[in-house]
Amino acid sequence: MERFGASFLIAGVLTFLLGFVLQGLLPVLTLRKLPIASVAEIAKTIPPEFHQLAEDYPDEFKRYFGEVNPTSFAHALEVGKANYIAEACWHCHSQFVRPVSKEDLRFGPVSQPGEYQNMMNLPHLFGTRRVGPDLIRESGKHSNDWHVAHFYDPRSVAPYSVMPAYPWFFDEQRRPTERGLALVAYVQWLGSWVTQVPATIYNVDALQGGS
Amino acid sequence: MAFFATSLLGGLAYAMQFNNLYPLSGIEWLSPGRVRMVHTNMAAYGFIANAFIGGMLFAIPRLTRQPILSDRLGWVIFGAWQLFMTLTIGGQLLGYGQGIEWGETPMFVDPLIIVGLVLLVTNLATPILRTQEQGLYVSLWYFLAAFAWTGLVYFMGNYLPQFWVPGTAGAAITGLFIHDLVGLFVTPIGWGLMYFFVPLLLRKPIWSHALSLIGFWGLAFFYPMQGVHHFLYSPIPMYAQYGAVVATIAVEIVVITVIVNFFGTLHGRADAIRGNLAIRWFYTGMIMYALTCFQCAFQVTLTFQKIIHFTDWVVAHAHMVMFGVFGFWIMGLIIELWPRAVGRPWATPQLLTLHYWFTLIGLVLMVIDLTAAGLVQGFSWAALSHWGESVVASMPFWWVRSVAGLLIIAGQGLFFYAMWATARQPSTLATRAAVAVAQRV
Repeated sequence: MERFGASFLIAGVLTFLLGFVLQGLLPVLTLRKLPIASVAEIAKTIPPEFHQLAEDYPDEFKRYFGEVNPTSFAHALEVGKANYIAEACWHCHSQFVRPVSKEDLRFGPVSQPGEYQNMMNLPHLFGTRRVGPDLIRESGKHSNDWHVAHFYDPRSVAPYSVMPAYPWFFDEQRRPTERGLALVAYVQWLGSWVTQVPATIYNVDALQGGS
Repeated sequence: MAFFATSLLGGLAYAMQFNNLYPLSGIEWLSPGRVRMVHTNMAAYGFIANAFIGGMLFAIPRLTRQPILSDRLGWVIFGAWQLFMTLTIGGQLLGYGQGIEWGETPMFVDPLIIVGLVLLVTNLATPILRTQEQGLYVSLWYFLAAFAWTGLVYFMGNYLPQFWVPGTAGAAITGLFIHDLVGLFVTPIGWGLMYFFVPLLLRKPIWSHALSLIGFWGLAFFYPMQGVHHFLYSPIPMYAQYGAVVATIAVEIVVITVIVNFFGTLHGRADAIRGNLAIRWFYTGMIMYALTCFQCAFQVTLTFQKIIHFTDWVVAHAHMVMFGVFGFWIMGLIIELWPRAVGRPWATPQLLTLHYWFTLIGLVLMVIDLTAAGLVQGFSWAALSHWGESVVASMPFWWVRSVAGLLIIAGQGLFFYAMWATARQPSTLATRAAVAVAQRV
């Protein structure tokens, strides 16, 4: 039995570990130099869309988030991400821009490792399919109102869309609930750290008509 | 079977979303995103895992001439696994799915599954370790390796990116998990079962034992290093991406050895494809395997990735692997084992043939259709046309996909009926004799 034992130790455990070290651990070590930001640290920079959200939906915003400050923004980001995962948005929307197929013209600058070094990317949401467009540079491409309408009825703003409607992000008065507002805040945060150029000039889809 | 049906219906419902015909629109817990998680997870853990465990429970005692550790433990594991699957579906529909592909199992189910896997391995590995046989048959090599891998893979994939490793490095590990689930859990057990059942049904030994060992070690060495090929051109360090591409292409050598071996085994018995439905399923699956793996070698190259990544091409590929290969093998297993399980011969053999053709045509149609859709989408994006154009252009393809899905489901409907009709027919002396004859293979 001993010789089999040794074989299976090699086959089962060691080859797995070899693969894990080469393909998992080495990237971890390579990226270790880049600091990992907590959600609270990210939330110190509040994008203008979050201020706008407080103005657009003053009652709801006050009820669910209170004042516009890093604490409430961190809370909105957490809730928004949780719902993004629960609804499996990442099955149809990727979150990284590749340096090929002119993706940088359509979506914005090519993704860099440092952008993902924060606790909002635990787990990461790269995705492997794009039925809808990539979202990593979504910040500021559309208004908050557009996103709210889009969650309520995607085809009202994008007639070709096959995205499902999310009526449970809204209350009886069709006002967005905490989940709805948080998701808008989350989506509007994606890419808000790219400050050199206005994100809108990359929106090929907007330039070519439609929304 | 129930989970297989769940998975199929989930898939159909999800496909209909793409035709804007979603039947359950506006129901929160049946939202398409959540239903898709049920579709993929039930295919992997509900359908394939259950069927594989059943197949191993048949094969392992016969290969080792030893009983499993405990029958009662076997039943406990069976009940527990079904409970975990139900919890998984429930959790995902209620919005507790994790954000890891193939690992959307809600976090409160993960520890339970790990315990279940440990129990399962204890139960099934015991006879292998106790066996008095001289030399272990290659099936058992695969099973033992899969036991060691599955626990490690599941733990790595569900915990590291979820709790400890954020961002890009976490993505590298998720990539490993996505691939290892197929490569280190499904593939070795699937091939292990094939190495057992194909020679058994053909009544001749495997063509070459040496080739089977090359296949095993090649798989063991190259498969664990491929995962990052799911995220090419991502911010993951380029050396990891190149490594994954090389390892994936290297594994083609392994694939060729395995395919040559099995078609060598078939040599001289090719009539079995026509006469024995289980063998027909097995070999159809193997042809699909050769095709998918051939496809792999192309699609991991950076050139192909430019166009096909993020498109339906990948969806076609996934269906061809999980259903076209392993699902087909499982159909063969059920056709072989169901009469033994219920002690009655198949009541309606014609329905089984019909089931084969429905499934095969449905799947081939779906794969060709989605592969073409993937090319249309990829080139449309590369041409910088408006996003909506790629969606509108995909519509006809998505319609064909739904029809193909319906065809597959119709086939499985026939199959479920055939199973039911077989189980409920009266067991007479004649039928028992027929089963006894059938079991002499």
